[in-house]
Amino acid sequence: MSAMLQSILSAQFGFAVLRVMTPLLFPAVGVAISGLAGSVNIALEGIMLCSACAGVLVSAFTQSLWLSLAAGLATGIGLAALLGFFHLRLKADIILAAIAMNMMAGGLTIFVLFLATGEKGSSSSLTSLVFPLVHLPLVRRIPVLGEILSGQNVLVYGAFLAVFLYWLIVFKTPLGLRIRAVGQNPDAAQSVGINVNRTRMWALLLSGFFGALGGLYLAMGYVSWFARDMTAGRGWIAIAAASLGNNMPLGTFLSSLLFGVVNSLAIYLAPLAVPSEFIQMIPYVATALALTGYSIQAARRRRKL
Amino acid sequence: MEKFILKYFNLLRTIIAVLIGIVISVFLIFLISRDPGFSLQQFLLGPLLSRSRFSSMVEMASPIIMCGLAIALAFQARQFNVGAEGALYLGAAVGTGFAVSTAMPGFLHLPLTLLVAGGVGALWGFLPGLLKARWRGSELVASLLLNYVGYYLGLYLINFHFRDKNAGYLVSYQLPKSAWLAQFIPNTRMHWGILLSLAFAVLVFLFLYHTTSGYEIRMTGANEKFARFGGINVFKVVVLSQLLLGLLAGIGGMSEVMGIHRRFNWQSSPGYGWDGVVVAIIGRNHPLLIVAASFFLAYLRVGGQVLNLMSDVPAEMVTVIQSIIILLITAEAFLAQWRYRITVRQAESRGEAA
Repeated sequence: MSAMLQSILSAQFGFAVLRVMTPLLFPAVGVAISGLAGSVNIALEGIMLCSACAGVLVSAFTQSLWLSLAAGLATGIGLAALLGFFHLRLKADIILAAIAMNMMAGGLTIFVLFLATGEKGSSSSLTSLVFPLVHLPLVRRIPVLGEILSGQNVLVYGAFLAVFLYWLIVFKTPLGLRIRAVGQNPDAAQSVGINVNRTRMWALLLSGFFGALGGLYLAMGYVSWFARDMTAGRGWIAIAAASLGNNMPLGTFLSSLLFGVVNSLAIYLAPLAVPSEFIQMIPYVATALALTGYSIQAARRRRKL
Repeated sequence: MEKFILKYFNLLRTIIAVLIGIVISVFLIFLISRDPGFSLQQFLLGPLLSRSRFSSMVEMASPIIMCGLAIALAFQARQFNVGAEGALYLGAAVGTGFAVSTAMPGFLHLPLTLLVAGGVGALWGFLPGLLKARWRGSELVASLLLNYVGYYLGLYLINFHFRDKNAGYLVSYQLPKSAWLAQFIPNTRMHWGILLSLAFAVLVFLFLYHTTSGYEIRMTGANEKFARFGGINVFKVVVLSQLLLGLLAGIGGMSEVMGIHRRFNWQSSPGYGWDGVVVAIIGRNHPLLIVAASFFLAYLRVGGQVLNLMSDVPAEMVTVIQSIIILLITAEAFLAQWRYRITVRQAESRGEAA
């Protein structure tokens, strides 16, 4: 038990937390930005999956990181655009349309994987690339902190950058102002000449962009292959993370970090003799509990107003 | 003709969406298969040509109907609970545990086992319902997360407590004969659970359209604020609709276990809960249309399996097609222009006649 405690209190654990947090943080930022515009993108589970698949396949067949990055991003943004088209132009309920897209992603990725490799489980027969690790020049010298922060995959830093970018977009650009206005009161926004649908489309495209990065990291950084349903509910946990963070940059980051810690704990506890089913359950139970706690808090706050 | 189109516009729209889906699948088969003619024939006719495949289509429709009814109850109240998958899995797992560890005559064992499974499912539907009704938490996210929790909990129960170590693979003990749903057509796998699900379709229809609670559910779904002002207990509706969702899903899963394998043999979640979402959307939440949609989906599924076995096209094509179909059906504006034009033309011609 004390050995367990020691390993949890070590720098490696901090390192693992950042690794585990990244595929939650990217989609959480994506959910947050679409939620801020008032059209929550719950299709990120599927978008991540498709981007991961596209990235792995393109990298396996071209051996080019840039091309696979482009393919992953194009897939994610393209799917977000499709969702936007169905929701905003064809007036589909965004929740139902997103459920359909998530379903499609589950089947389509296996379908494409089978056509490309003849297998339905994973892309392990292909040699696909991973994004490089980065050793931070000065930070790596700092004891403990250096061990946690340096030597991560480039997309881990990308996730931090995504939070910053999100803050920049939302609070420092005209688009961000429009997004917030549309989310708070679409009619009022419309009355001052803001194109509600176009603004929401932009927010959805951005959410697809961030989700795509999460998917790419998952298959080309976190692990180095694509496997069916490999997102394993991260897209859903991200929705909870974004709502816990009130769709704000810092809040979304902190709640993603929290879930990152919980999920890493689950990984660290795995060797203990408890049935593995319970370990695997932890991320979902923790998220459900956090969501419940948050909802109760929010309800109390409403009552006070 | 135009009157007919207007009257049945929604149905026609659904049929057109389905046809588009089938056209796309034909296109995909021609794109992929080396022998498209043969593959196409296997896909479209395969489920109908052999007795065993026809039987597996019918028996597959049964849990899909139950989950479709379940989801429809929640969707009719505009509650986006998609927790049928978890409720079905955990309900069936606990029900199996109950059935294998008790002994009683069949007339008790059968309904009690179904009830236990339904009860556990109902709890699984109740939790997101309570979260939504009491604190306005997202029932969608909660039910999605509970799907995972229900899966791992059920898996744990089966693998650690009710696993038959002599079976050679990961399954539960066999259910005692008193908890079997018998076959009503000999030499097929068609079991009484199928008739049970049809009976439930009628029950849910009567409940939704001919009882006060059903009216309250539909009214809340149509306009929650209006329902509240009209004195409907929205809290009750939100909780009840989702509780019933879990109940039906649990019974649906259990009857599948009791009717076909007589053991719990799902090491991965069977996906009927998600199929339920699909047929609820195709059937526009109407219980009787859901039955038709379930047979259609089961037909596609079995066709996909045949295709997978007999040709070089993977079964997952069906998932892609079904998603495209429901995407088109959810798109309110899809073909709306058509209806608009007919309405205008009719109004004009009426104006001329007067």
